[in-house]
Amino acid sequence: MAGRTTRRVLPGFGLSLGITLFALSAIVLVPLSAVVLKSAGLGWGGFWNAVTGPRALAAFRVSFSTSFWAALFDVFAGLLIAWVLVRYRFPGRRFFDSIVDLPFALPTAVAGISLTAIYAKNGWLGSHLYAWGIQSAFSPLGISIALAFIGLPFVVRSVQPVLADLEPEVEEASASLGAGRWTTFRRIILPDLTPALLTGFTMAFARALGEYGSVVFISGNMPMKTEILPLLIITQLEQFQYAQATALGTAMLALSFVFLFMINQLQRWSLARRGAV
Amino acid sequence: MAGVTAYSPSADIELRPAQREPWWVRFLLIGGALLVLTVLLLLPLLTVFAEALRRGWEIYVAALSEPDAKSALKLTITVAAIVVPLNVIFGLAAAWLVTRFNFRGKSLLVTLIDLPFAVSPVVAGLIYVLLFGAHGWFGPWLQAHDIKIIFATPGLILATIFITFPFVARELIPVMQSQGSDAEHAALTLGASGWQTFWRVTLPNVKWGLFYGIILCNARAMGEFGAVSVVSGHLRGVTNTLPLHIEILYNEYQFAASFAVASLLALLALVTLIAKSFLENRLES
Repeated sequence: MAGRTTRRVLPGFGLSLGITLFALSAIVLVPLSAVVLKSAGLGWGGFWNAVTGPRALAAFRVSFSTSFWAALFDVFAGLLIAWVLVRYRFPGRRFFDSIVDLPFALPTAVAGISLTAIYAKNGWLGSHLYAWGIQSAFSPLGISIALAFIGLPFVVRSVQPVLADLEPEVEEASASLGAGRWTTFRRIILPDLTPALLTGFTMAFARALGEYGSVVFISGNMPMKTEILPLLIITQLEQFQYAQATALGTAMLALSFVFLFMINQLQRWSLARRGAV
Repeated sequence: MAGVTAYSPSADIELRPAQREPWWVRFLLIGGALLVLTVLLLLPLLTVFAEALRRGWEIYVAALSEPDAKSALKLTITVAAIVVPLNVIFGLAAAWLVTRFNFRGKSLLVTLIDLPFAVSPVVAGLIYVLLFGAHGWFGPWLQAHDIKIIFATPGLILATIFITFPFVARELIPVMQSQGSDAEHAALTLGASGWQTFWRVTLPNVKWGLFYGIILCNARAMGEFGAVSVVSGHLRGVTNTLPLHIEILYNEYQFAASFAVASLLALLALVTLIAKSFLENRLES
């Protein structure tokens, strides 16, 4: 592209470049670099102490483990839902297909109080789960339930188009060679879906790590036990511990960059794989 | 841009005999999928309305007509009314830039536009506190000039713009990409000015994609909680948006009132979903 001399016939290059760069810098880049610079002011030692304090480490552990289990659940549930929505025809399919986007549309605070009402000790499902000895709210399980809710559409929406694009001939060939449906699914279909499933997992996991609104009500917010990273940052801000909050914020920001990069690579892989089929 | 070809739920795919599962497998899979969708997604939505109306219609109406709820609603609408148009201008400029011109660093630019999606809402709020808060970089200067950003409406607006930044651009870019620029070149050749081309050719062509982006942007702007929570300071009747008002009521154990306010936002979510599937049909055709 660089070597070709494309004449810029369409007007508006300067104007659109100006607006885009100004907005991007003013809203995103400058504020983000401010937080990084501010935490650089802490020095490496100060930064390290802030992110490895016992309460911070516990919050990292809670956030990572609950997000992992939620995203893993979403991979299985999302694959099942995507499969059924793409492959089968049944009454209400369009309705259920649009419901998949609900976690994108429903404000997180609304989801949070609603999930708490369902899974608390006297809630519709919570009362049964508690009777079985399962504490479904104010526990890591409760956090995972909220995060599974938030992450589900990421998996469904990344698997659906890939599943719809699969070549039927491959499955026919597999069947004609004597493979049963389960073998065909495991050996032929699943490998083709893997990039999309990994993309969905990473998106759900990344979103879960940063999620706040839907978790804060159901988690119970006990330090060291059910305190997630975003909540710890807010607590520190409220106690004017700006240095710690900044350090944790920077750590989360670095994680965001890592996940953004991973998602980009996975999508590229997914595209290449589909192009090759 | 996201690299996902449009998938249309309405398209009929023909399953060949070799692609079919036995009826009982189909039955089990459909049952399992609908069970997850119902319990995990539909149940929370219905619970909002059930809890909101549990104490009766009068309590519901009272919770919504109380002055703090009204001022929260007003603030939420004000913030969205400022944020959405700004993001529309940015989204149109960014989409025009990315789909009509080739330049170095384009893919980096697209990634940077997407960046706010990857950042935790709490971190999004934090960065503005560090910039404009009392202990922030510009804090002393702002105080000296008696300008309030954090714990005031401008902070809410900034945090919400950050969170919704990619929404319009992200929906417009694939639409404008797939349409190409032939129509614009034709209009220019026929003597139209740049702005005439934009208003009469480009905009009508991308209007459904634009509406789609606006609807998603608006839903997120009105429902944002984490980022807004950090910068708002929770001043009742002053800097409380609807989601923050829900939190306050909930923490005061006014559950019915809290769910009543939540039902407003749940309605917004329903309208958003309906508009979304309507627009998706439009975009396909």
